[in-house]
Formats: sequence, structure tokens, C-alpha cells
Amino acid sequence: MGNGFLVVAEHDGGHFKKTAYELLAKAVELAAGAPVSAVVIGGDGAGDLGAHGATKVFTVNGPAFGHYSPEAWVAALQAAITASGAAVVLAPASLQNKDAFPRLSARIGAGYATEVTELSAAGGGVVARRPQYAGKAFSTVQIQSPVALFTVRPNSFPAKPATGGSAEVVALAVDAGAALTRVVASEAPSGDVVDLTEADRIVSGGRSVKSKEGFDTLIRPLAAALGATAGASRAAVDAGFCPHSEQVGQTGKVVNPTLYIAVGISGAIQHLAGMRTSKVIVSINKDAEAPIFGVSTYGIVGDMFEICPLLTDELKAALR
Amino acid sequence: MKIGVLLKQVPSTDTQVKIADPSAGISTADVKWTINPYDEFAIEEALRLKEAGKATEVLLLTVGNKDVEQRLRDALAMGADRAMRLDDPGFVGSDPLGVARILAAAAKAEGVQLVLGGKQAADDDNGQVPIMVAELLGWAHVGVVTKLEIAGETFKAWRASGGGAQDVVEGALPAVITADKGLNEPRYASLKNIMMAKKKAIEVKGMADLGLSAGQVGAAAALVKESGWSLPPQRPAGRILQGDNAARVKELVAVLRDEAKVI
Repeated sequence: MGNGFLVVAEHDGGHFKKTAYELLAKAVELAAGAPVSAVVIGGDGAGDLGAHGATKVFTVNGPAFGHYSPEAWVAALQAAITASGAAVVLAPASLQNKDAFPRLSARIGAGYATEVTELSAAGGGVVARRPQYAGKAFSTVQIQSPVALFTVRPNSFPAKPATGGSAEVVALAVDAGAALTRVVASEAPSGDVVDLTEADRIVSGGRSVKSKEGFDTLIRPLAAALGATAGASRAAVDAGFCPHSEQVGQTGKVVNPTLYIAVGISGAIQHLAGMRTSKVIVSINKDAEAPIFGVSTYGIVGDMFEICPLLTDELKAALR
Repeated sequence: MKIGVLLKQVPSTDTQVKIADPSAGISTADVKWTINPYDEFAIEEALRLKEAGKATEVLLLTVGNKDVEQRLRDALAMGADRAMRLDDPGFVGSDPLGVARILAAAAKAEGVQLVLGGKQAADDDNGQVPIMVAELLGWAHVGVVTKLEIAGETFKAWRASGGGAQDVVEGALPAVITADKGLNEPRYASLKNIMMAKKKAIEVKGMADLGLSAGQVGAAAALVKESGWSLPPQRPAGRILQGDNAARVKELVAVLRDEAKVI
């Protein structure tokens, strides 16, 4: 039986993602004095992870760990679990971890729960709450194996301010094993966008933007003014106004931002399921009876073609 | 090449979820069942590969009792060749790893070279089972795929890598691929195929047929236990802003900054 927590610290161009600090804060709280360590794959040092509660940081480097591959990531995670002796592994529910963790779970025979939104201590272990049916229901998950694996939805826990702590850095030599797949190209999106699932602010448009031009001239500038990621309803995606990677809802992304602005979205049950946990929801819609107003913190009943440009200008002025 | 398509029956995505017994999950009394939407992309892709002469057979695999047979018939009506239902009292209560063991055993016994499945099921949203099947079989996998090319014994797959970016991944068969929306546009079944599908036999295999034992599958082997089902908390009532457009926009920015403190 292991002891303590291992946090998977994701990074992006030399900086740790916010999720690393969110998960460390939660791990320190739940560990109640048991060891908390972190693992950094394909990155150099411990950065400020020690100041956020990690007492040990395992680093895994080498040619196989520069770009995500499931085989290499599983090998690195398995090595870090063994080296840390952790009983609970917390990782952000990113595309990469959601791809690697099922393999890891099957390889080491550890129970795994994904897209967890709450974690609490119970009977010497940890129990989780997680959404089901894209958030139309929630359930409690208990893991009955010696090592428990959780991927946690970004923005589920607040990060804590740094303290004076520092971490011991342990470089692990990991054999990535024979690669079963090979990345031959990476196609970047236009611009530098935060993925919807990690975004702190989202502006989404619906079918009533009427066209791709409508989406590009109303929704994207409003998102840009806020530093937000653009999203869309299924109807807008199916109409070809924007790519499926921007769809919010049950057959798109389930999102959890601090601020969600829904423009011209009526609020089909599948869309509400995908965004209803947002902390603050603003909706702009000409139909006062639209279901979206039922989950909104603030609503404006009116013509988005007039309101969006005004709001974009007002936000630009306010955030200057 | 034989393709195995993993299929799951789920409540339609427009289901209004209700909970009668918090220990048992959602109430299924008024639920309309469908094929998991992501699995439809997997079925369609398998059919296209067969039509392109790159596959010889499309075999549907699902775990469940007789209640799921209509979903197999729906997929047969799209054009799949065979349907297999994996059912045994010992399978009941399996967690994702248990389900993956059942499906992996069936894929192996059938000599499947390519497994296609949805990226996740629209009920539990786990996104685990197909990738676990790959690990159990020692095969390559690529998840969340929006474009797939097969050439002989190799594949090329386009995988989402976050923020709208994609990785292009190459590998050799056998492999598991999970489908995202965008991979293709699933077809509707023709009337002729619907009639034919009604007559097709659905094969049923159990624990012994697949060489599985009680320690590997079912409730007793499950490492993940679910309980305490509830509906999401109600959101507090919101506020509709009043006034002309300029005034409402000014007020909105002010409340987002000073009241909600989110900008």
C-alpha cells in the first residue's frame, strides 16, 4: 500500500499550467502531512512547485519525452508512481492525460476516475465526485486498488499562494519502451488559443450569428477583448460557422470557466450540460423565454448584432 | 482485414435526467436509447474502409443483455456484417477495465486487426474502454481522431492535441482508434438494410467462450465503485439587466468587475 500523493504537473513553453498549482493545493490539503510529490515530463526543473507544496519533484527527460506519446507518458507515469510510492495520483483532465491514463490503469491494475470535480478524504483514502451524462448528474467514485488514479477537470480547485518551500529534484531515467506510434506532423491552430476545457473565460456563439462572417465579426472580437477562448453551440458548428473543436456541449467540450458569455444561444439541454458549472454565466438573447436565461447570472434580452459590438468596445475600454 | 467496432447503448443526449435511487444511477423509465453518438462515427468509418476495399468484415461488439440488441440491429442496418453481444451473469457490474477485458478477449478470439470505438460514451463520459483494450492487447492506439487513413498494414491518424491543434500520428496495425465528431458524417440506414438487419442472427458469447474468469470481470473484480448519484445543484436565480443597450452594456461590465469580480 502506497502513501501520499503524486501530482502530474503539466507545462507549456517553460511555464507550469495553472492546473499544477490547483492540484498541488488540493493534494496538500488532503495529504494531511503525508508526502506530496510531483512529476514533470519533458521539462527541466521543479520551478516553483516546491513553493506550492511538493516536497519532491520527479523529472523525466529524453528524446521520447519531448512530444506527447501514450507509450512514453505511461512509462514515465509508471516510473514516477513507483519512485514516489504514492497511493493517489492527481492529473489534470487534459487530452494527453485522458489518453494516457486508461493505458496506465490497465497496465498497473489501478482504478481510474476521469473528469473529477471534487475530492475529499474518507477512511484513510480519497473519494471523488464526478459528472456523468455531461454534467446532468453527479456520482461518488471510490477506488479500491492500492493506487488510485484521478484526472481532474481544470478550474475545479483554487490554487494557493506560494510559500517559502522548496522541492528536492529527482531525475528519473525512464526507458520509454518501443514506440507503437510516431508523430509525423503537428498542425497548429491559427493564433495562440487556450483550449476550451482549460479556459478561464469563454465567449460562445449560436446559430443566430447567421454566418461564419457573423461569428468572426461578433464572437471572436468579443472573445479577444476579454482574452477569452471562442466557443459555439452545436447548431453553429453544424452550420459550418466554426470548427467542431470549438463546440461546447454534450457532443463537444464540457467546460468549466470562471466566466461564460453565451451569445445568441437558446440553451438546448445538451449545451447547458456542457457549461452549467461555469461560475458566472452571461447570456445575450433576443428571446426572453430562452432556457439559457434559467442558468444565467446576468442576462440581456436584446439584439446581439447591436449589443456585441457595444460590449466589445466597453470591455476594451474597461480592461485597457 | 477484419474490423471490430465497439458499440454502447446510451440514453439519447436530449434525455432529461432523473434520479429515483441515488445508489443505482439515473432512472431509465422514460429514457429513449440510442447508439452512443461517437460510436456512430466509428461504425461509419469501418463501413467506408470496407467499401474502399481495405477491410473484409465489419463486426460489431457490445457488452450487455438482450435490451441492447436493437442497437446492434440499428448498426447492422447501417451496413455492418455481423453483430456479437457479450453477455454473462458474471459480466454484470464490471468497471471500465472489466468491460475492456471482455471486449479485448472477443477481439482477439475473432482475429480483429483494427478496433474502432467512440472517444467516449455519452453516459459515463469515461473515455477509457477502447484505450484499455489497446493496452490489454499490446496494440497501438490513437484517441480522439478526426481523420484516418489505412494503407496496407499501416495507419495515419489525425488526433486533437488541444486548442484546436492536431498531431498526425503513424503506426502499424493491429491498432485501436477512437473517433471524434468530424471523422465522417454517419449514414442513415436504408429501408432495405433495416429489413435485412431484422433477420440477421446476433451471436452471443459468455465468460467461458471468451476464456475469462470471475477474478477478471464483474462486480467482484471492479476497482471503481460508483454511488451517491444526484442531480447538479440548482443555480441561483439570475438577473435580467434593464435599460437601453448602451446602459445595459455599461451595467454588465460594471457588475462583472465589481459584483462578480471576474474581469
